[in-house]
Amino acid sequence: MTLDGFDSGRTARITSVNWAILAEDEGKRLQALGVDEGAEVAIVHRGVFGTRDPLALRIGNMTIAIRRAHAAAIEVEAA
Amino acid sequence: MSRKHTVALVGNPNSGKSALFNALTGARQKIANYAGVTVERKAGRLTLPSGEPVELLDLPGAYSFDAASPDEAVTRDVVKGTFEGEVVPDVLILVLDAANLEQHLVFAQEVLELGRPTIVALNMVDLAERDGLTLDPEALSEALGVPVIPTVAVRRRGITELAAAVAEAETHADEEAHKRWHLTLPERRLSAKHMARAAILSKSTRHTIENGVDRILLNPWIGPVILFGLLFVIFQAVFAWATPFADALEGGVGVLSAGVTDTMAPGIFRDFLTEGVLAGVGSVVVFLPQIVILFAFILVMEASGYMARAAFLMDRLMAGVGLSGKSFIPLLSSFACAIPGIMATRSIADPKDRLTTILIAPLMTCSARLPVYAVIISAVIPETTVGAGVGLQGLVLFALYVAGIVGAMIVALVLRRTVTKGAASGFIMELPRYQLPRIKDLAIGLWQRAWVFLRRAGTIIFVATIALWVLLSFPKADEGESQLDASYAGAVADTIHPVLEPVGFNREMSLALVPAIAAREVAVSALATTYAINAEDEDLAAQGVTERIAALWTLPMALAFLAWFVFAPQCLSTIAVARRETNGWKWPIVMVVYLFALAWIAAGATYWIAVSLGL
Repeated sequence: MTLDGFDSGRTARITSVNWAILAEDEGKRLQALGVDEGAEVAIVHRGVFGTRDPLALRIGNMTIAIRRAHAAAIEVEAA
Repeated sequence: MSRKHTVALVGNPNSGKSALFNALTGARQKIANYAGVTVERKAGRLTLPSGEPVELLDLPGAYSFDAASPDEAVTRDVVKGTFEGEVVPDVLILVLDAANLEQHLVFAQEVLELGRPTIVALNMVDLAERDGLTLDPEALSEALGVPVIPTVAVRRRGITELAAAVAEAETHADEEAHKRWHLTLPERRLSAKHMARAAILSKSTRHTIENGVDRILLNPWIGPVILFGLLFVIFQAVFAWATPFADALEGGVGVLSAGVTDTMAPGIFRDFLTEGVLAGVGSVVVFLPQIVILFAFILVMEASGYMARAAFLMDRLMAGVGLSGKSFIPLLSSFACAIPGIMATRSIADPKDRLTTILIAPLMTCSARLPVYAVIISAVIPETTVGAGVGLQGLVLFALYVAGIVGAMIVALVLRRTVTKGAASGFIMELPRYQLPRIKDLAIGLWQRAWVFLRRAGTIIFVATIALWVLLSFPKADEGESQLDASYAGAVADTIHPVLEPVGFNREMSLALVPAIAAREVAVSALATTYAINAEDEDLAAQGVTERIAALWTLPMALAFLAWFVFAPQCLSTIAVARRETNGWKWPIVMVVYLFALAWIAAGATYWIAVSLGL
């Protein structure tokens, strides 16, 4: 399943990232922030009601904000 | 040991680099732009323990050398020595967030691979301790092959040790380090993990405060309420808290003006000082307290880590007009002044997002509009209450702010579908850790912004005011002729008045717009000077500009004038900074044309509607 559908608060392991559907610089940026195969992430906050966009992601000791569209490119499994 | 001349700070964003820079240099800082690019160059003087001064350069934060943003490209080129016009730094200070080692060590390896003389500042060790981490700087030093100094920039811990280590650093490149590493990103990440693990002596499972605080501040229901509450407090404070200071400044200018009148013989030079210099520049300096208060809030929001949360909360709304939460920060700054606002768009990576934000920033109601709004409103809008505690004057002012915001959102929507059309913008942003801002860092930031404002008042506004005074004062009118009709300014007014007559402007209003191109607030002093010079007798000359407007303008005229100032690009500095930040004249011209068109239409619509309503 993809990260945007994963439960908040639970830790997910990234199995693959569909870089092709991300803009090139966004992909690079996510990778530089540690979003890549094998990394463990958790959704810690979701944005405003309704759309629940954007998401706050805990990765390592860092919190990063991304949009659901990015999260939809990230395949995960429960860690 | 050879002499060192420049030292550069490098590191990830949010590693506390700027706080370290402030701690190392104090207020001895110079901010400029790198030649040819829109990235800011921050340099200051660092005094080594020997007393030897070196230039310390604060490079833009970077996650990687191989990434997209212009900031990161500058950092890469400067440390590699390929940036034209910039010398290669003799020593690098690599700043790492002690609590976020695993992530920051990835970029650290990229820096160390260059083989430049490097010292590591293991920064924010206090936050790491707060999170229950005990670190071993020596193990890290061994793993990296360079000295590691634990620091807490905001509390000045480790600063002297860091300066001493810089003095000790050898200035020749370390060929071995260059050979030792040459890794791919996944390899770097793996070795960062190992190094971080080796450097962490113990790790308690204490919960970071971020999660708890964010659960409230980023809550989908409570978060926006807190943000809008805060914004309300900010704007309330800008008006209420600034009043005593503004009154004091105004009083000071008045005393000065009276002093000049008393001590100098009547004549052209005295008129020049009182009508030109003091009336013009004085009317602008009065707004310094408001600028300082607004920026104090913005700087605290940034330094504490809340600003990124505000961007997170605003992202959804901004996405509605094709922007991202990142645009919220520059737009909020633009309420103080569009110039720093436009410069703050540098943090937006996407070029189309950034351009759109630059083009709409002038629509945020900057503090330069306040003098115009305040004078016109108090002249023509009655001081009646329309409801519990709500005055009509305040309501009109609020409506003007809303008109600017709504206008900006509509323009953004149109721009994103036309000239800045492109892929839907993304939003990727680190939410930094919460931190108590340091007073000294705030003071430095406030001083820099206040200085920019005062310099503007002292240059552009000064020159515009004097030019107008000269144009209004010469040639001298003959007996029985009005000074305005006789002057050069009168001729200028006659030229542009036909364009503005349909939207309800009289000749004085049209004339005031000319010097106000330089800066909006000049409109007030322009009207004051025009009415003062043009007064037919002494009684009229003694009247303030507010009374003259109240007597001579109709309500529809005044409302049209207000509507004009919501939109019109009446600020040379903004146009200049837009040119600098977009590297050319094309976009500033687009901006000026669309804003004038909007201003004319808005003023006209306001006037025609008001007249047809019989106001």
